[in-house]
Amino acid sequence: MRASLLMAGLIAMLASAIWAGEGQGGYGPVIPEATGEAHPEGNDYMRRWHMSMMRHDRDVTIYEGKREQNASLGGCFECHAAKDETGTPVTYADERHFCRSCHDYVAVKVDCFDCHRSTPEGVEEPAAHAALGGLLFPALGADVGALVAYLGAREVGQ
Amino acid sequence: MSCGAKKDVSRRDFLRSGASLATLQLAPGVTLMAFGGSEAQAAADAGKRWGLLIDASKCAPDCNACITACQDENGWKGGGNAETDVQWIRKVTLKDKSSGRETSLPVMCQHCESPPCVDVCPTGASFKRKDGIVLVDKHICIGCRYCMMACPFKARSFVHERVTNQKTHAPRGIGTVESCTLCVHRVDEGRIPACVEACEAAGHGAMVFGDLLDPESEISRRLAAYPSVALRPDLDLNPGVRYREI
Repeated sequence: MRASLLMAGLIAMLASAIWAGEGQGGYGPVIPEATGEAHPEGNDYMRRWHMSMMRHDRDVTIYEGKREQNASLGGCFECHAAKDETGTPVTYADERHFCRSCHDYVAVKVDCFDCHRSTPEGVEEPAAHAALGGLLFPALGADVGALVAYLGAREVGQ
Repeated sequence: MSCGAKKDVSRRDFLRSGASLATLQLAPGVTLMAFGGSEAQAAADAGKRWGLLIDASKCAPDCNACITACQDENGWKGGGNAETDVQWIRKVTLKDKSSGRETSLPVMCQHCESPPCVDVCPTGASFKRKDGIVLVDKHICIGCRYCMMACPFKARSFVHERVTNQKTHAPRGIGTVESCTLCVHRVDEGRIPACVEACEAAGHGAMVFGDLLDPESEISRRLAAYPSVALRPDLDLNPGVRYREI
């Protein structure tokens, strides 16, 4: 019990140290600037609970058809669309993507963008976004032809 | 989850903008005329059962308006590989062998009352909403494709390849099964499915969308007035999609 408390304390200290360094060339991830108004709950709340908010709301939307949800991936990208040098919002395949700025840092893999678009609606997502598989699952992202050859799948290829 | 839901309400209400709050405060099932539909709703309503009536005699053999509208709306345009491309809606041609008469009709998910796809799904990803729309919760779909084998209408497709440029309202991705959603995102806004709208715009008017439980709805009145059939009536699935003149 005491050990776990100590552990929790350490993690909290570490976390605060990390967030304190945010954007200042410190230890934390560099988080892209957002547009729009700040979350009224505060960034700490969003960092801790964003996944729960979306998880709850996704079920309400899918099963009950209530689409006026506050937390949605589409909603995130209204403000959190990190842009490249040409001013085009980048996809999750780009390491500058808003979600990746933290998720890469903490080595947490998200598969949201296998199905959901990672840019605001209307932005053309390049084919590189589909190469996302290579990023997360190296085997899947490999040259399919080589993979088929490796598996000796003469029948599979036909 | 219910506990979490209660806890979340105040937070979300606190966050919600004025406009969306006004929308939310309409109780589920209350008609939202502002969206331009006569049978609009704010959420899935157990008091409704959405259905389609397709008149094959009005369906032009060379017209694909419903298919292209569905592709544009839901973003599933094929990549040119007929073996693996998904197909939410397809045109089927029936030929009477003795007379040679051909009938053209669109076939999509029939939104059965007793859907075999839901029966066989091992994870519960395949489900029927309380308003009768049969959907796949892709968050828990494992891509086993049992539902595709169970469906007598060949209505479901497996996504074989990585997808980009999905519509925000229609997420879809590799390794999951998908099918016609009856444009559930539009229905929830009180609009009609894209195929029905396109068929009307093309001047055919072969498709009618509406609430099968409301005896006053256009679809119910037509079903009551003229003969219609379900596909594979022998299976007793009571589909929400009905056909005339086939």
